Amino acid sequence: MHNLTPFTSLFGGILIGLSASAMLLLDGKIAGISGILAGVLKPVKGDTLWRICFLAGLFCGGLALRIVLPSAYDFGIVRPLPILIMAGLLVGFGTRLGSGCTSGHGVCGVSRLSPRSLVATGTFIATGALAVYLFNLVMESSR
Amino acid sequence: MKALLASFASGLVFALGLGLSGMTRPIKVIGFLDFFGAWDASLAFVMLGAITVYFVAYRWCRVLPSPLLATDFALPERRDLDAKLILGSTLFGVGWGLGGFCPGPALTSLASGAFPVFVFVAAMGFGMYLHSWVSGLGATATNWAIVSSGSAQDA
Repeated sequence: MHNLTPFTSLFGGILIGLSASAMLLLDGKIAGISGILAGVLKPVKGDTLWRICFLAGLFCGGLALRIVLPSAYDFGIVRPLPILIMAGLLVGFGTRLGSGCTSGHGVCGVSRLSPRSLVATGTFIATGALAVYLFNLVMESSR
Repeated sequence: MKALLASFASGLVFALGLGLSGMTRPIKVIGFLDFFGAWDASLAFVMLGAITVYFVAYRWCRVLPSPLLATDFALPERRDLDAKLILGSTLFGVGWGLGGFCPGPALTSLASGAFPVFVFVAAMGFGMYLHSWVSGLGATATNWAIVSSGSAQDA
């Protein structure tokens, strides 16, 4: 547990919660990133501009991090490209099939006590843990 | 216009939150998912912070007649559990554990300029296209089933 960062993580989580709350209370929208992105990749007339604005904000926030918190990009672990491609395909396909990701289900849905989001979040944390366990097992045995 | 500005500002704060919390660092994400190894509980604090704030906001929104800058709330209403939800979340979790990125942090990290992030995001976008293509096929198959069952009833 020597890597634990409870305070920065808690404060970061509060910022995420405030941002998602602003989307809800001001615009009436769920801040689910996979859904917001999918709506831009397959645009519906009149329901696209706010998504582009949110994603532009996300990217500008990302640029700001380079200056105010460069350590945010100390990735620590970068998987080989074939693994990242497989992971990206699974994340893209899976979040559409399951109607959400860590933000839409994990934050917004869980807070609303949505049964679908509670089940989805339990599922992706469990299968994520299983994937990490199996990946480490394969890496150790091939060493 | 104000609503769009609010979207932009929310995205910006969201990215700062992701960066500060550690979500943009696969080592923190994979460390959190490594329950059977050197578990890093930090991400539980991220969820605690985000969920606590949003829980209050959601209670508040229930008593508002409409959002402050828009006419209607666009909230999901489904409560049923189906196979797509479970299978989709299963696949997403595996991808999340393998790469250490979920969609928000991946898009935010594009700003780092790191090549592997571009590769991940491109694959993620392709995965989304793949889903809409496959579900298009599924819809066609369902239409056929409806047509054929309809004709069976006619007979």
